Amino acid sequence: MSTESLRIVWIYPDLLSTYGDRGNMLILARRAQLRGMPVEVLEVRSDQRLPATADIYLIGGGEDGPQALGAQRLLADGGLHRAVAQGSVVFGVCAGYQLLGSSFFAKGTKCAGLELLDLSSDRGPARAVGELAGEVDPRLGIPALSGFENHGGRTHLGPGVSPLARVTTGVGNDGATEGAWRGKLLGTYSHGPALARNPALADLLLRWATGVHQLPALDDTWAERLRSERRAAVAAAARA
Amino acid sequence: MPLRAKVASSVSRTAAALSRAAGRGDGSVIGGWIGLKIDPDLLVHLSAGRAIALVSGTNGKTTTTRLATAAVGVLGRVATNSFGANMPTGHTSALAKAGSTPYAVLEVDEHYLAQVLEATEPHVVALLNLSRDQLDRAKEVAMMAQLWRAALVQHPDVRVVANADDPMVVWAATPPADPARGHIPPHVTWFSAGQRWHDDSWVCPECGSTIERSGEQWRCTGCPLRRPEPQWTVEDDGVLDPTGAWHKVQLQLPGKVNLGNAATALAVAAEFGVRPVDAVSRLGTVSSVAGRYAQVDRDGRNIRLLLAKNPASWLEAFDMADEAPTLLSINARDPDGLDTSWLFDVDFAPLRGRQVLITGDRAYDLAVRLDVNGVPFQHVRTFDDAIRAVPPGRLEVIANYTAFQDIRAELDRVN
Repeated sequence: MSTESLRIVWIYPDLLSTYGDRGNMLILARRAQLRGMPVEVLEVRSDQRLPATADIYLIGGGEDGPQALGAQRLLADGGLHRAVAQGSVVFGVCAGYQLLGSSFFAKGTKCAGLELLDLSSDRGPARAVGELAGEVDPRLGIPALSGFENHGGRTHLGPGVSPLARVTTGVGNDGATEGAWRGKLLGTYSHGPALARNPALADLLLRWATGVHQLPALDDTWAERLRSERRAAVAAAARA
Repeated sequence: MPLRAKVASSVSRTAAALSRAAGRGDGSVIGGWIGLKIDPDLLVHLSAGRAIALVSGTNGKTTTTRLATAAVGVLGRVATNSFGANMPTGHTSALAKAGSTPYAVLEVDEHYLAQVLEATEPHVVALLNLSRDQLDRAKEVAMMAQLWRAALVQHPDVRVVANADDPMVVWAATPPADPARGHIPPHVTWFSAGQRWHDDSWVCPECGSTIERSGEQWRCTGCPLRRPEPQWTVEDDGVLDPTGAWHKVQLQLPGKVNLGNAATALAVAAEFGVRPVDAVSRLGTVSSVAGRYAQVDRDGRNIRLLLAKNPASWLEAFDMADEAPTLLSINARDPDGLDTSWLFDVDFAPLRGRQVLITGDRAYDLAVRLDVNGVPFQHVRTFDDAIRAVPPGRLEVIANYTAFQDIRAELDRVN
């Protein structure tokens, strides 16, 4: 953690913010503040330089054009690569997850990604839209992932990353695995405000960023009710 | 009208009446569905001989259609799909039910604009705005703008009334001229209705550069796309027309957004030759629109219904609502879109300080959102519980589509 406060950067909200992605920034800031941490939140537009000294970087979802443009500008800027080299946390969602890999498809064209995660994405046979759930890699020590996915891509993981979760509902990367992580970099197809339904994942990112292994518990009554309501809905849909 | 179309039209009217009598709905879709089964060209036949206006966009189309219908009514009888049934089946039902009218004003779902342009050959089409709405199945915003643009190229004779404040709409309304293929750009009259929501138009649909905003002006930093000078604008509590004359607008509908809708309605009516000075008083006769803005008194509470379906319309609803106890209801059924992510695109901070109640199928999604937003709230199971939880006086109800219909049903399908 940088010296005075926890610095959270939301990368390119002008390009990559299609599905309530702002939620992840708001949730991380709120959960840090409730624990008494001073928080500094920065929204960096695509025509601005990316500071390399923040603790957590967030990249959201977006349409094909903005995704390709976002990747180009991040490659040209270089700030995110410097931040990762210094041990910053990166959380990528949907299009923002794909562009952390080596390549992805946008508007039918193969585009170069940031090569921060050992994965590549191409087009799937059909758009994956609906509830997404999965058992998270036990090494991360958090409960099941709950989310909503909406993407046309399929993602292939290389040996340099581990899947975030094993899919129990939905498609994720390929119908079997969902998301990926390595070190303090993590990506998911659980789109938009993914952390709203996954407070433990939010706290994992905060622990990575602060180096604090045990964060004070928060009242997550509503998030827990939401998670069990979604679990029940997914189970009911599976029975129908 | 060919015999087949006459039969189809008559059966369509009967089916709609039966559906209403059976209490199965307002009959605004079923009649058209049956009519189109008998004669697939029924909408084409029913449109022939009428001067038609289409109204499309993500938000405000039902209200603007109602206001434009009132304004065009200066000239004679106007057919319209006033129940918000805005796909071709709804248009067919509405025109069949209205019988022969010289005019029609039809609200059109933005996905169906190309199809309805083709079938109805309208005199004018009004393009209101494009923003994110039900993204798990709707076309993304840039794709929708592209579809509109392609449709307008096919109809160079239609007159366009379009929102100068929305870059996506401006781009859609100004397709490039291609004289070799007979494509000439449509005639466009620009209105400014204001736009609180900017988050879907930071990237130029033409060239991908950043769009810069400064006050009400906007321009692309990479190509000539910029805000055109509007001929119709809202000023104070009235509308400035293209001649520079100002008309006071006294609406029963709340909010600045409805003044913008009034300006649009006057601009649409002007395309038929209606003078704003003749139409403006008729706008004040519209009191509610398919339950939207309706007020119902129950158990000493004055309940007002506001529909908000997507982030842009929530911002407008907060502006319209009084500082009073507020019930928010959220569902995520098929017509709403199954994804609730958009809740995080809405800043609920304007509700701080009001008594906030939440309900609906997806109340817990809303609960998490309000918690993060620092807005205290109380969860209630039913609409009756909500009424009991607030003191006598105004209760504002803001709900998304099916949640709104559920509450409207509780209030005896108030219109």
